[in-house]
Amino acid sequence: MTRTNGVSGGGGGQQQAPAAGKLPRKRFYRARAHSNPLSDSHFPVPVSPDEVDLSQHYPRYFPADKGEEAPPPPRIRFADVGCGFGGLLVGLSPLFPDTLMIGMELRDKVVTTLFCCALDFCGCPVYYSKLKVTEYVKERILALRASNPGQYDNISVVRTNSMKYIPNYFRKAQLTKMFFLFPDPHFKEKNHRRRVISMQLLDEYAYVMEVGGIIYTITDVEELGEWMRSCLEKHPLFEAVPEEEIKADPVVKLLSTATEESQKVARNGGQTFHAIFRRISLQEE
Amino acid sequence: MEDTAIEEAEVSGAAEFAPALIASHPHGNSVAVAIGPELRVFDLKSGSPVSLSDDCGGRSHADAIRAICFGVSGALFASAGDDKLVKVWKTDSWRCIRTITSEKRVSAVAISNDDLYVTFADKFGVVWLVTLGEDGAEQVSVDNKPVSILGHYCSIITSMKFSPDGRFIATADRDFKIRVTLFPKNPVKGAHEIQSFCLGHTDFVSCIAFTSMSENQSFLISGGGDSTVRLWDYINGCLLDTCQVRDKMGELLEQNETDDSSLAVADICPSNDGKLVAVAIQSFNGVMLLACDLVGKKLSFLKVITMEKSYIPTSLASSFSSEFLWTVMGASNMPNQASNQLLTRLRIIPRFQKDLISSDNGPLILEDSEVPHGEKLLLALQGSLDIAKQEEVLASVLSALKVSMHKMLVKKHYSEERREQRKRGRNDKKIKN
Repeated sequence: MTRTNGVSGGGGGQQQAPAAGKLPRKRFYRARAHSNPLSDSHFPVPVSPDEVDLSQHYPRYFPADKGEEAPPPPRIRFADVGCGFGGLLVGLSPLFPDTLMIGMELRDKVVTTLFCCALDFCGCPVYYSKLKVTEYVKERILALRASNPGQYDNISVVRTNSMKYIPNYFRKAQLTKMFFLFPDPHFKEKNHRRRVISMQLLDEYAYVMEVGGIIYTITDVEELGEWMRSCLEKHPLFEAVPEEEIKADPVVKLLSTATEESQKVARNGGQTFHAIFRRISLQEE
Repeated sequence: MEDTAIEEAEVSGAAEFAPALIASHPHGNSVAVAIGPELRVFDLKSGSPVSLSDDCGGRSHADAIRAICFGVSGALFASAGDDKLVKVWKTDSWRCIRTITSEKRVSAVAISNDDLYVTFADKFGVVWLVTLGEDGAEQVSVDNKPVSILGHYCSIITSMKFSPDGRFIATADRDFKIRVTLFPKNPVKGAHEIQSFCLGHTDFVSCIAFTSMSENQSFLISGGGDSTVRLWDYINGCLLDTCQVRDKMGELLEQNETDDSSLAVADICPSNDGKLVAVAIQSFNGVMLLACDLVGKKLSFLKVITMEKSYIPTSLASSFSSEFLWTVMGASNMPNQASNQLLTRLRIIPRFQKDLISSDNGPLILEDSEVPHGEKLLLALQGSLDIAKQEEVLASVLSALKVSMHKMLVKKHYSEERREQRKRGRNDKKIKN
């Protein structure tokens, strides 16, 4: 059995940047589309936001040799919940080059099969390799940083269950944008409580967002789109962003073009439904 | 191995023990003990046991009571548990004025400071609110159903308390978190604005309590499975101090008894002067007292009060007006436990105030003969005066308690085969093609 080296990083969890900034091949990281948000997979969770080690994610912003007058370290401002393969983050990074952004993804192991393929390999099917979706995103970011020096330093990914642990990662009023792109619809009514947008969870998202911050949601499932819009409308801490503002926002275009899911929807000629709301403060009674 | 012991217990159905609970009326009028489905109340003013009456069509609870509390004014009392019922009682007549049905078993209950609302938490982590009728109103409108006001996503809420000024409701869960939420004037619409998260515990949070030494400043104290008691500035979600109970216990107990999982904090109770915190620890036969300095914002070890070897308190209670710390030991839902064996044991610590307890005069624990209303109280609340019989029952409770808290509050991690075995029992599988 020959081990191919077409896959950057390999299955051993090595973190070195791929040769010459070669981007990781997506097809070696195929994932199941769904993962159970109720199960506690064994990933480490920070006890509190103070424990989050940003220097691991954004090394350029946390140099080891800080001078005396080093400015206070920046905070993460954008969070992409369920970032999948990282498409949105890659699209956002150049638009906001000095804003730290993080993708949060739950999905665990990915089983890939390397088939013989005329393009890169020769020989027979080689081996099953287990890689993580978040590993793919990390590799992608490292590759981009290597081939575009000075760029993509502001994005990173973490594997976690954002439905349970958002307050562990972010302080009160820390985020200015939150993204929920094509979340799992959980069609069955008994599974509605697993939806990532719900009245209950909006309390927590409102807590980590600053007043004026914006929450972006998009889906191609009409019923889910109505559900998300209705939850946001009912929630006292969010109000709809007016159409003119949505049209003027450069981020909105990315929602329906930047990610694999959105590209698939476009290919199939599907419709998308977005709900974009602003975090407001409650009027005192 | 821990896992096999717990699995065996699961199989034999013996792992869902319900610890005995105790609560004291804020003005010292009465004391309530809950053991299994039984609610036992003793009236301290008249010196006689209370007989409960229920107008709500049902008898008393049908299954283990998991939470009890008095409202801060003393007018109301609530009990709730595994029978999915929340019962609200008036404490002057001890009549049940409301019985509320929950869809799931209830793990925590609280009464708002103005006696207008009762909140309860179910095992999905959702907190529900019920509006109580005006005082004396018998007819409650039909559509006064519980509304959900907040939730800890898929986590069991272990403790729920209102802040002394009534502005906040604090909820603690088994996923190490404490959430402090604004309790609005009109809570029926939900409590959506989170004030803070108090994060720092590294294991389940088992109990929380507010404490204050003056009218306008109060703090939150919590105890958890990580063997710590913590002091919080809950307005800002800041951890002020942590007391490592495990270290102190290590010094006091013999080596072979200090097994990590058995040093969880079972209950905490601040004194009414705000200067002491009593701590019940899962396998310790006594109460640990911590000195609580709210000015310096520090918690420190003060002393332990050791009781007889077989007595491990499962619940603590105190009131504003008296200096007693009430403790109770007991458990229900144990294997081979006959219904007439719902026995508990009470011990009382007098002088539960910093200045009184620091001095060395006087006994630290009341003898049975010194207990107010002596035998009558003990018989009513314990279920028996026969110490020997009790010892026998309580001995089996001892070992059961060690397993139960761990099982209830620590998320089970199944081995691969066990998980596959459990999956086979699922009924919603799709057929793969």
